[in-house]
Amino acid sequence: MAALTKYITKRIFYALITLAVVITLTFFLMYLIPGGPFLSEKAPSPATTAALKAKYGLDQPVYIQFKNYVVKAIQGDFGPSLKQRGRFVSDIIASKFPVSARVGGIAVLAALLTGIPLGAYSALHRGKWADKFISFFATLGIAMPSFVVSTISVMIFSILLSLLPTYGLDGPANYIMPVIALSLYPMAYIARLMRSGMLDVLGQDYMRTARAKGLSPAKQLFKHALRNAILPVVTYLGPTIAYTLTGSFIVETIFVIPGIGREFISSILNRDYPMVMGTTIFLAVLIIVLNVIVDIAYKIIDPRIKLQ
Amino acid sequence: MSTKKPNPLSLHPDYSMFLPATEEEKQSLNVMRESIGFWRDGARRLKKNKMAMISLFVIIVVMIFAFIIPSLYPYDYKTFIEGSENLAPMEFSAQEQALNDSGVSVFPHFLGTDSLGRDLTARTMMGSRISLLVGLIASVLIMLIGSTYGAIAGYFGGRTDQIMMRIVDLIYTIPDLIIIILLASTLKYPLQDLANNNKAFAWINVLGVGLICIFIVFALLYWVGMARIIRSQVLSLKEQEYVTAARALGASSARIITKHLLKNCIGIIIVTTTLQIPAAIFTESFLSFVGLGVNAPMPSLGSLASDALGGLSSYPYRLLAPAIMISVIILSFNLFGDGLRDAFDPKLKK
Repeated sequence: MAALTKYITKRIFYALITLAVVITLTFFLMYLIPGGPFLSEKAPSPATTAALKAKYGLDQPVYIQFKNYVVKAIQGDFGPSLKQRGRFVSDIIASKFPVSARVGGIAVLAALLTGIPLGAYSALHRGKWADKFISFFATLGIAMPSFVVSTISVMIFSILLSLLPTYGLDGPANYIMPVIALSLYPMAYIARLMRSGMLDVLGQDYMRTARAKGLSPAKQLFKHALRNAILPVVTYLGPTIAYTLTGSFIVETIFVIPGIGREFISSILNRDYPMVMGTTIFLAVLIIVLNVIVDIAYKIIDPRIKLQ
Repeated sequence: MSTKKPNPLSLHPDYSMFLPATEEEKQSLNVMRESIGFWRDGARRLKKNKMAMISLFVIIVVMIFAFIIPSLYPYDYKTFIEGSENLAPMEFSAQEQALNDSGVSVFPHFLGTDSLGRDLTARTMMGSRISLLVGLIASVLIMLIGSTYGAIAGYFGGRTDQIMMRIVDLIYTIPDLIIIILLASTLKYPLQDLANNNKAFAWINVLGVGLICIFIVFALLYWVGMARIIRSQVLSLKEQEYVTAARALGASSARIITKHLLKNCIGIIIVTTTLQIPAAIFTESFLSFVGLGVNAPMPSLGSLASDALGGLSSYPYRLLAPAIMISVIILSFNLFGDGLRDAFDPKLKK
């Protein structure tokens, strides 16, 4: 148990360092951009610029600006948005993130619920045509970027067949294409992981023991095989969540979903710097924290793993 | 009674079994076969892998399509052909049709033209070229940085290794795609400044700021996987006798790393680099699709798909070529990389 506590503290410590690096990197990259945030088509008078700079604390030396930014960021305050007048970055994130989380959550669930059975089935029927078909499908799924999946499915289902709506999130039908686009890659990856994990487990001695002592096939499968084969999938859960979050940049842009991914891309293209910084830090924190949780959960689930 | 049937119970020896061995028989008993080198052994295994050979063939076809055909092709990727806007595949514009009717044959637009009258076949070929170039150059960068870093960490061990690998762990946990987008969108401005104000950096404009950004991003973040793999290899390789022998003969650390350790990792280095290519192409197309990759007149498969998305309801066919192309490129590099791994480094197989 002491080893586990030590591992957890160490993991959290590293996560904090990573966060510090991400925040520093974000701040100084944004600082490097020439022109400053108050450049627009109508050039303001020098007096106005100076007043604005004083108001936002931009006339102070870099390190003080950095200190102020970090202190405020820790409190969850990323300042006002430059392009959406009168709104704060943290409010925008709070209003957009639930949408992305809902779509992303459904996508992760869909990937798990299809990937695991497909991989297991494929391993149990090794060499048969079903296995070959699933393996080919999984290889193809890994080779298709999410923008290809989304645009092709829009082309087929909305334009040629007029079955599904192309944008917005008004009804359940709106979720189908974004979820497919987000979950195809992780699903294919999970199916592959599950297949190789399952093949590994099926060759183990304890499986022969289970069969020899006369366990029913269902018990063999669920109590012995799946439980062990699923472990690699658990480690992949962290990257899956990260993938769906970043995948949302493209999928939300294509399907016009009012989520945080679309907001991030449009704030970059609009040069809304506080928004970019706020979203970057928010998403980075989210991914890092989820990864730590998944890693720790993995060590707890599988006692065979060596803690180091 | 010339041919006597042999008596099966006879103990009389059959002389034909005691003849001297023929050359062929001698050869078959030779235990010392010709030794097969590392490369030939791997190539032999690779040739047996049908999937990998098909992928290699596809890769070569795509390369010809991307690097050779554009120079022989009558249209180029940036010329606006006036009067030929928004043509469907194989369609001719009014003036081209007139020329055709008068007997001068006009080269067809296989994939049609875009809204500015640029030939889409030429643009797709150019886009494939950019994607392949990004994949190859980025992978070479990753290979150089990752293997040097990993070899140094593994060779020196101890505290050096500890510190170097902590840095790798750190970069590994940074959510890469977010930082990549951030880097690609911010590095643009200082790079543009540098290219415009400093003569020595004028070449940046030739390649385009977007591409340079992508290379910087890969060089900064993507080498960590390579570094980890090479380090673990070097850790075991450096215990071998030939390393001790080299050190006893007075070879410097740099020489041992480059001449002995990295040379013995070459299989893994090649395999990992090949598997890095599709990942790099994937990221490049993502960035270009979002609008952060290549600069305007230059097409990339990602930006072509993004352009097609705008007019998807009127011209859905425009999407197919870049979408299929990018999937085929990534798929064939993935399969070829897997084949290489199985052939040259069976231990790496998961």
